[in-house]
Amino acid sequence: MRLFIGIDLGSTTTKAVVLDESREVLGRGITNSRSNYDTAAAVAKHEALVAARFALFRRALGKSGALGASLDAFIAQLERDFRLEQFLEQLGDLEAECAKNVATGRFAEAATAVGAALAETFGRLREEAPSLFAAGARRKSDFFRDIAGSRYLAVAEEVAKAAGLRYELLLNVFDRSILAVENRVYGENISRNLLAALERTFAALPGTAARADQIRAPIRDVLATPLEETYVVGTGYGRARLPFSKEHIRSEILCHGLGAHVMYPGTRTVLDIGGQDTKAIQVDAHGIVESFQMNDRCAAGCGRYLGYIADEMNMGLHELGPLAMKATKTIRINSTCTVFAGAELRDRLALGERREDIMAGLHRAIVLRAMSILARSGGIRDEFTFTGGVAKNEAAVKALRELVFENYGAMTININPDSIYTGALGAATFAWRAVCEEGRVAERREAA
Amino acid sequence: MSTPAGSRATPAAQTTTPKAVVKEDAMWLQKALINRNYHDLATARERGRKIAATFVPGNLNELLMCFDFARSLPETNALQNALRKRSGKLVMEAERDGQSEDVCTYVKADIGMFLQGEVGPTGEPLPRPDVLLLSYTGCFTFMKWFELIRHKFGGETVMLHVPYQADGRIRPAMRDYVVKQLRETVIPALERISGVKFDIDRLREYLKESQKAEEDLVAVLQTAKHRPSPIDGYFGAVYYIGPIFTAFRGTPEATEYYRVLRAEIEARLRAGKGPLTPEGDHPGEKYRLVVEGPPNWTHFRDFWKMFYDEGAVVVASTYSKVGGVYDFGFRHDPARPLESLAEYCLGCYTNLNFAQRIDMICRYMDDYRADGLLVNSIKSCNSFSAGQLLILREVEKRTGRPAAFIESDLVDPRYFSAANIRNRLESYFQMIRQKRLAAGVH
Repeated sequence: MRLFIGIDLGSTTTKAVVLDESREVLGRGITNSRSNYDTAAAVAKHEALVAARFALFRRALGKSGALGASLDAFIAQLERDFRLEQFLEQLGDLEAECAKNVATGRFAEAATAVGAALAETFGRLREEAPSLFAAGARRKSDFFRDIAGSRYLAVAEEVAKAAGLRYELLLNVFDRSILAVENRVYGENISRNLLAALERTFAALPGTAARADQIRAPIRDVLATPLEETYVVGTGYGRARLPFSKEHIRSEILCHGLGAHVMYPGTRTVLDIGGQDTKAIQVDAHGIVESFQMNDRCAAGCGRYLGYIADEMNMGLHELGPLAMKATKTIRINSTCTVFAGAELRDRLALGERREDIMAGLHRAIVLRAMSILARSGGIRDEFTFTGGVAKNEAAVKALRELVFENYGAMTININPDSIYTGALGAATFAWRAVCEEGRVAERREAA
Repeated sequence: MSTPAGSRATPAAQTTTPKAVVKEDAMWLQKALINRNYHDLATARERGRKIAATFVPGNLNELLMCFDFARSLPETNALQNALRKRSGKLVMEAERDGQSEDVCTYVKADIGMFLQGEVGPTGEPLPRPDVLLLSYTGCFTFMKWFELIRHKFGGETVMLHVPYQADGRIRPAMRDYVVKQLRETVIPALERISGVKFDIDRLREYLKESQKAEEDLVAVLQTAKHRPSPIDGYFGAVYYIGPIFTAFRGTPEATEYYRVLRAEIEARLRAGKGPLTPEGDHPGEKYRLVVEGPPNWTHFRDFWKMFYDEGAVVVASTYSKVGGVYDFGFRHDPARPLESLAEYCLGCYTNLNFAQRIDMICRYMDDYRADGLLVNSIKSCNSFSAGQLLILREVEKRTGRPAAFIESDLVDPRYFSAANIRNRLESYFQMIRQKRLAAGVH
């Protein structure tokens, strides 16, 4: 089966989107960019391909009618079980890596005690793992480093305390080991983990076990179908690091423009606020970029601005928006410089202003900055599509809606829940176009 | 504003892997000329010659030669220092002395150079000038610049006030006003300072040389109308304009330089070759651009490489006209010496109004069959960065061709963000390409 893949190497996260020949999104994958872009690209792609398999399962099972109305519940359970299997595999690797590090002699006479504490810690982690992936379980992040990290820290602390061992020793061994596991790509193990997950799912949904063979057959068929990576296009800041030829690399401006067009064909103006840059892009009716502007010389007004504020407030990034939504007024924040905003924030707090109101002001400040970049690019035209990590922040969206209305009047504002994948979707569409569209001939001629 | 004439950063300072730089014969000739001028300045005192400093736009080089002045061009000194990776510390020296971060970095590099012991870009002494000839042609920083130099280091200022072309044309009264100042203020002051009597016939002789060189320069720059262009009208052109925009306009050496250059470029044209880059022949013309704004000098080679690596050629630039706009017919005229000097000053790019700058760029877009316009906006330039976005919009609207905007600085190495600039340039080139494809496909 021919697949078209787009990979967006962002400064914070790396995203991948897989399209099939009819340009339908089969799968999406995301991972933290870490310091190793090659691995980030490989992991994101792997995640997207796994998601693509699941989409194909759904198609195949839907067609076979084996599950009827319980198809959605079954797929959801299977996916959770698969994530669990994958997590357990990585957890096993982490344990092995930790053991290797203990064996280096670095811990001298504490080695035995550390080894025993590790065995106990990993035992407990394995035991609690199914609850992390149970239906309705909330995870702050889907990245192995985050899930395993936060649980390891909590469990290891208890274990160390009970054993009278210094907690730092267990922290140390984790820090030494996590990178190697995080940077491993589990490309080949999907079938094994899936088949194991399938058994868990049958156990979890006993009603389906009777039809196990009917269910297994299409799944095996899908697993047996080779997924051909027909064309891959990379984009984003790390694109130069991708092991692709120049023809397979597109600027993220073009990818965001096209991605927004694919999501909302009426799009004429795109605003993307990412981790380290803000882009204002004007596109034509075909998603081709007409002009663009980006923040220059200064990262104020980007996602990092909110990250910095979150640190200043000792809060999680995702908590800022909800807090700002509780504001009863908007405090004016004059500085759009990230560092100065921290000073203004403390100044307002000292003056007795409420945190909620200050937060509302900070969100307005970041959007004001974006408004100026939009103006530079030629203003906002209907329809207006807002993408990037900051589009997930409800307070930023509220401030944007207000400012757009004040400055440009009523218009359609599109915000897609999957907007973080806009660049990757655009890249995947370029990949599809390069092969499937007439443009291919022209592209080749152009490249020659 | 000026040119990198004759510079060649030492390979060690430039990149980690020293590579031979590829240059045309004319480039070596130009380098020799520029170095000779620095030697002239270094030895002027011992040879009993006075030194004049004057700015590139509106420079009255032929007139200064009539009084035997050695000639120093402060913007050229600043950029020569930048090309040799010396400007960063000069800028910081000036900042320590009280110049703010927002001041034009040419000014700071110049002040820094005096503060650091009056050593020029080539390592030879560069003594402080005896006269600061301020030909005021639209850049308001010039006035403050010489005021500062006079305040700190002495030297007499002679001011020539050139009226701005606010309504887009040169009226006879404007020309007469400039001529009157030349006669009544500038020439007497230069006579007094130099001790040399003014001889208008000597001026006529120099202007004859200027005219010849101007003719050849225009021919060279206009070869870029061909496809592929045999020159880069920005990165290459800043070398070509070196002699004529600085201390050599009006000299037989400059005339000879432009004769050689023209022959060389016309040979490239006949051979169907593209421009010469520091790494050899251009890899092939894919995008033809017009550029507005000066280049960044601290990372000149890296900046240029971002273009030729992607197959971009600049076919015309406004910057290569800052020392004189010759391509629309103006020439220095020995029959009307003072009048033509006045018209030269009035017609400088820096002295053109907004509408004229836009018209000029649109004309270049058509005449040179460019794919788009790129603006390199200078962070520390308050005089010319203002309004550049408006120029960009207007050109986009009139020509229907895409434009892009990048930001850097003249000689302050802290304001060149390679990753950002490369990202924007690549996006821009891909955008041009997509538009081309779309025109064929949709």
